[in-house]
Amino acid sequence: MDSAGETRNISLTVNGKAYSKAVSVRMTLADFLRHELRLTGTHVGCEHGVCGACTILFDGLSARSCLMLAVQANGHELTTVEGLSNGTDMHPLQQALSDHHGLQCGFCTPGMLTTLVELLTDNPSPSAEEVRIAISGNLCRCTGYEGIVAATLDAAAKMRAGATT
Amino acid sequence: MSAPLDTRIVGHSVTRLEDRALLMGQARFVDDIAFPGLLHIAFVRSPHAHALIHSIDKSAALEVPGVHAVLTMDDIAPYLADRLLKVALPSPAYRQELHRPVLADREVVHVGEAIAAVIADSRYVAEDAAALVFVDFDTLPVANDCREALVPDAPRAHHGAPHNIAAEFDMGYGDCDAAFAAAAHVFKDSYWQHRGVAQSMECRGVVANLDMMSDVLTMWSSTQTPHAGKRVLCGLLGRDEDKLRVITPDVGGGFGPKLVFYPEEAIVALAAQMLQAPVKWIEDRREHFVATTQERDQYWDMEIAVDAQGKIQGLRGLLIHDHGAYTARGVNIAYGSAAAITLPYVIPNYFLDIKLVATNKVSVTPIRGAGQPQAVFVMERLLDRVARELHLDRAEVRRRNLVPGAAMPYRTPLKTRGGMQVVLDSGDYPATQKAALDQAGWDEFKTRQSAARAQGRYIGIGIANYVEGTGRGPFEPVSVRVAENGRIHVASGAAAMGQSTKTMLAQVVAEQLGCDMDNIVVVAGDTGAIELGMGGFNSRQAVMAGSSAHAAALKIRKKILLVASHMLNVGEQALEIEGRVVRLKGGGAQVELAEIAKAVAGLPGYYIPGNVEPGLQATEHVIINDMTYANGSCVVEVEVDVDTGLVTVARVVFAHDCGKMLHPKIVEGQIIGGIAHGLGNALFEWMAYDENAQPVSNTLAEYLLITSTEMPPPVEFVHLESPSPLNELGIKGVGESGVIPMTAAVASAIEDALASFNVTITKVPLSPPDIIALIDAASRTGA
Repeated sequence: MDSAGETRNISLTVNGKAYSKAVSVRMTLADFLRHELRLTGTHVGCEHGVCGACTILFDGLSARSCLMLAVQANGHELTTVEGLSNGTDMHPLQQALSDHHGLQCGFCTPGMLTTLVELLTDNPSPSAEEVRIAISGNLCRCTGYEGIVAATLDAAAKMRAGATT
Repeated sequence: MSAPLDTRIVGHSVTRLEDRALLMGQARFVDDIAFPGLLHIAFVRSPHAHALIHSIDKSAALEVPGVHAVLTMDDIAPYLADRLLKVALPSPAYRQELHRPVLADREVVHVGEAIAAVIADSRYVAEDAAALVFVDFDTLPVANDCREALVPDAPRAHHGAPHNIAAEFDMGYGDCDAAFAAAAHVFKDSYWQHRGVAQSMECRGVVANLDMMSDVLTMWSSTQTPHAGKRVLCGLLGRDEDKLRVITPDVGGGFGPKLVFYPEEAIVALAAQMLQAPVKWIEDRREHFVATTQERDQYWDMEIAVDAQGKIQGLRGLLIHDHGAYTARGVNIAYGSAAAITLPYVIPNYFLDIKLVATNKVSVTPIRGAGQPQAVFVMERLLDRVARELHLDRAEVRRRNLVPGAAMPYRTPLKTRGGMQVVLDSGDYPATQKAALDQAGWDEFKTRQSAARAQGRYIGIGIANYVEGTGRGPFEPVSVRVAENGRIHVASGAAAMGQSTKTMLAQVVAEQLGCDMDNIVVVAGDTGAIELGMGGFNSRQAVMAGSSAHAAALKIRKKILLVASHMLNVGEQALEIEGRVVRLKGGGAQVELAEIAKAVAGLPGYYIPGNVEPGLQATEHVIINDMTYANGSCVVEVEVDVDTGLVTVARVVFAHDCGKMLHPKIVEGQIIGGIAHGLGNALFEWMAYDENAQPVSNTLAEYLLITSTEMPPPVEFVHLESPSPLNELGIKGVGESGVIPMTAAVASAIEDALASFNVTITKVPLSPPDIIALIDAASRTGA
């Protein structure tokens, strides 16, 4: 907790759970999620909005939590990587990333997942090119992105099949 | 295709042990560690590349509410056995000692060097206060370019130093003078591969805590070498080995620089001890650009002598290696470069003069590839030059010079840095090249190229061969223990940083002990779990730790079967381990691993079944001194837009041989990741410094990593498997192979695409403006 400066009370919903907390007005949303709510699945890679590791869903839209302040989340609904599954069964995207070796160190993975959940919500049948464009703002140093693209196409197909059955 | 495997786990692409926690947001990286009362460090760093420090005034910083301490060298020196971090690998080549101080107090020699540590309730407050620490500097001239720094009256990187040569040595054999005098052709050129930054997605980070009950100081560090770190810290802080523990939590990528012990690790650990409070420092991305080691600036002036058929007669020249400001590792990169340049080919005479030059830039230590990408770039550029001059096909020139398959094992005249002879242990290099050419359709490309040219498109194809020294010895220990609940615990000094190390160890052990991956728990990189260890670097862990895991698992297997045979009253040969039980082959009587573990733990007054030594635990340190050499051939196709200079990588074909593959999907993942890194080195990554050695590409918006949209279509693999004779599993390392041939292959392809302009490529990276400049320059001189 930042011991200096002004604080403000905020109320927000994260992964379906309501929180009310006093926060320093200068605390980033990423730090708030990670260190105040202890949702450490969201990662901080660059703190200048380029790497995409800290991407979360903000009212359903992907957003860089390192470029937002916690106070800006007041009254909003957030989803982080911890909220993508029910805690037991993996989301089809999570399963597909494992099946296609779409992660190695896994540090960029939470941001990839949230970005791709948004993509598949908007576009349930993306082409490989559309997947590449969707994650072009998410840096990965391990995988060369190939497994991530393959996994997304596979997950999209399985989600479409699941939706029709 | 390979023959069907007679193994059930090893050699199969089983689900990774690491995946689930990482995917569910349940992994634990160093910044995820929290303690009540945790304090945070921000470092005061040098804004100058070279300056003397007159004074440090911390009074204003100490007045900030929430600040607990501001530490400078004066504050920490009484607690340190040495003010310097002496971690250099031994070598007779050093010409001066350039050890890093734990904190700079008299002189700073690169931008980003740590001067003071501000410790506060939060990182926010610590950064506020760090900005209030006033350091009075007297700036000095800088050694910026390693070539200029060699001139006798050049500004010294270190004040008062006799010169800027950190180390110098030569490498070679045969009689180059005679070979060059007699050769039909001699070609000469100069080459440069630029410096880069590792850019693991997780930066470095350290947490330390002193447990008051046990007096054990624990450091969690995002490091590739926890055991080495522990040794350094024990010496520095004067702690007994059992009062210090180093743990690597989940690590978000290493790529080399995390193998180094850093001043920040010493400071965080010492601060936790001094303040008797848990302390954390997490490197931010800006710090990563100036405080984490970098690599690759090398300038080569080279000559190659060939006969009329293009057979190499000799290779000689000068390598000037940017060593950076300090010796944070050794002469290893330049040594590796000097050896790597020769490896794929038969080179009868060789001589290289090597100078490691100190500059006022971040210290240089290995990044994925460690000197080998530069060497391959130079050698492959020279061979393309030979082909062009002699009007030979580029692949044909290589074929004539590659070490033939029948020559294996091939004893080269070279020695490793530890004095062991370099013996290429297995492989068929010409066959590997042929596999790549066949897959790529090398011979048909000319037709496609002509058709494209008729449409105004400039496409090109390039090739590069590499041989990578892997599996650096002498050992990496692994212990295997069957617990009394039947769970199999594996511990190793190997450090995981994304290369699937835990999966690899679990596979090797599971293969012998029941084939149930879910029954295996792996601890990698915890000095509390195993006494010795080296860690992750040099594509070594599958070879070294894998071999120890195999040996330990075999030992436990034998004991399990022996004890079970006594418990079941049958011969050992009749038994098999399946899942979590030992049973009669084909079913019938069985005993659980848990029961066996309990039985060998002993009962007061009773025999242990089979009269074996108590316990189901084995620790093995398989010693393999010789390195095992992996090889490969990479073919790249590019398209160049001659109006904008944009290079599009259209295709990558990768034929390689890393011996037996433990997990084909992981092998491919390692190579694709290396390819992406190498494409970045070829086309995007530029660590810019101004003339004062001030870094000017300090964000990921300026320093460009390859993204998904620049990657080529899926890499086309050809896997060849020539088992290494040096280890039981027949494996070779693969972690760095993808990166090694990429700059060379891309340069070759671009040169081919622009053949009609007659451009010559001698440096990487190549940005679009560089491509346009090459075309313009060639047009001017060629017209």
